[in-house]
Amino acid sequence: MTQTTLEPGLGVALAIRGLARRFGTQTVLHDLDLDISAGEFVAIVGRSGCGKSTLLRLIAQLDTPSNGSIAADGTPLARSGIDTRLMFQDARLLPWKTVLANVGLGLTGNWQARAREALAEVGLAEHADKWPSQLSGGQRQRVALARALIHQPQLLLLDEPLGALDALTRIEMQQLIERIWQHHRFTVLLVTHDVEEAVALADRVILIEAGRIGLDTPVALSRPRTRSATGFATLEENILNRVLQQPEGRPSTPPAEPAIAPGALRWAL
Amino acid sequence: MSVANTLYKRLAPWAVPVLLIAGWQWAAVAGLIGSRILPPPFDVLKAGVTLAQSGELWIHLKISFWRTAIGFAIGGGLGLLLGLITGMSRRGELLLDTSVQMIRNIPPLALIPLVILWFGIDEGAKLFMVAFGTLFPVYINTYHGIKSVDTGLVEMAKSYGLKGWPLFRDVILPGALPSILVGVRFAIGFAWILLIVAETISASSGIGYLAMNAREFLQTDIVVLAILLYALLGKASDVLARQLERIWLRWHPAYQG
Repeated sequence: MTQTTLEPGLGVALAIRGLARRFGTQTVLHDLDLDISAGEFVAIVGRSGCGKSTLLRLIAQLDTPSNGSIAADGTPLARSGIDTRLMFQDARLLPWKTVLANVGLGLTGNWQARAREALAEVGLAEHADKWPSQLSGGQRQRVALARALIHQPQLLLLDEPLGALDALTRIEMQQLIERIWQHHRFTVLLVTHDVEEAVALADRVILIEAGRIGLDTPVALSRPRTRSATGFATLEENILNRVLQQPEGRPSTPPAEPAIAPGALRWAL
Repeated sequence: MSVANTLYKRLAPWAVPVLLIAGWQWAAVAGLIGSRILPPPFDVLKAGVTLAQSGELWIHLKISFWRTAIGFAIGGGLGLLLGLITGMSRRGELLLDTSVQMIRNIPPLALIPLVILWFGIDEGAKLFMVAFGTLFPVYINTYHGIKSVDTGLVEMAKSYGLKGWPLFRDVILPGALPSILVGVRFAIGFAWILLIVAETISASSGIGYLAMNAREFLQTDIVVLAILLYALLGKASDVLARQLERIWLRWHPAYQG
């Protein structure tokens, strides 16, 4: 073993300039600028169809922008060669592979020991030889997290990974993600519709409204955070009010050019 | 309790066949059925023992088994290959699927006159019939299995750097396998049916020949024996196919516990 999986790695800084994504006549992201520093934990919130998942897919390179650019540590994303890992709302484990083999997916050589280590980090060491169908929903998401961690990602993208879990499992998973992030210090982008989750985890909460950044607010609470900490509830309420004051899918300031009918965006995602 | 339970589960499926045979034996002995119509099971057994002792039974069994096995290997192999091509490549689907669907709708039995003209009563005729009948169940289920592989899993695997052969081996083939095995089970059942037809029409060996030959000499016991042998062989090959499911689909919740 020349290297261990669980060495703390350094996150990557992202610079997004003039990013736009259009689907036919619909513009889902308008001319978006965003800077994320290395190792930062950023939560992106917004209503359904606001373009937050599209932003994540663009950063994951599962989709290509209509305009604008994304740079990682100063080089364009496609040429940067950074290791980005994406976690989905469903765990997407291969049901015909054991938990251990799922974690080692795409690895060659002697990966078993590293996979066991990654499983131990998410607390599932004793489930290594089970089939995914024998695990609970929360456990499956933890396997997906281990599968992402084994690649020592510099950027971890989370697309509502806790959306399908029950309340208790969610809180457990939030704590696990926070602990692992504090250990590895990669950059995290978490897309969520749960403002409380965003405030509990992120250094910074970004609200996307109709394809633009509506709010960009730092969370200056010390970690580990509790829901009862001073300022937690106020911040959560402020962000939530801001989300709610917006009629669904309608931008707060009129767009510079008449881009699309506001009603159309409601059904965009 | 659990031992009795296992024993019950093992034996219960055989209760109906055993009762049927017992009833049949009773009806034959009581004279309700003439032995020309249906000989008692004991006579059928005796005929089987005689044929087994002379070695004739094994020769016919062996040749029927090989015909099914080779015909199925050819037909199933081609079906798998074609299904993989049309399932994975848009161009392959465009070029081949319509043709395969057209040929699929020809009843295999309608081909018999042509097959006899082509192959006479040679081995080729039987193999062709079996291969023709097994190709399509395997083809359709392979195609359907590949089309129904979860696209989310494929996207995930690609984002983990899998492409080409590893993507096929680790994601697409295992995802399609439950459906492919349904096709295989169906095809095996069909293979025996077609073999019987082919052997009774034109053959000089095999179980079908045994039955047809016995009919000429009014040996009803041997005719019934041949029919029972087909039932047993069909069941045996289904057990084999199920065993494959148990091994290859052991990850599937339906095959656990």
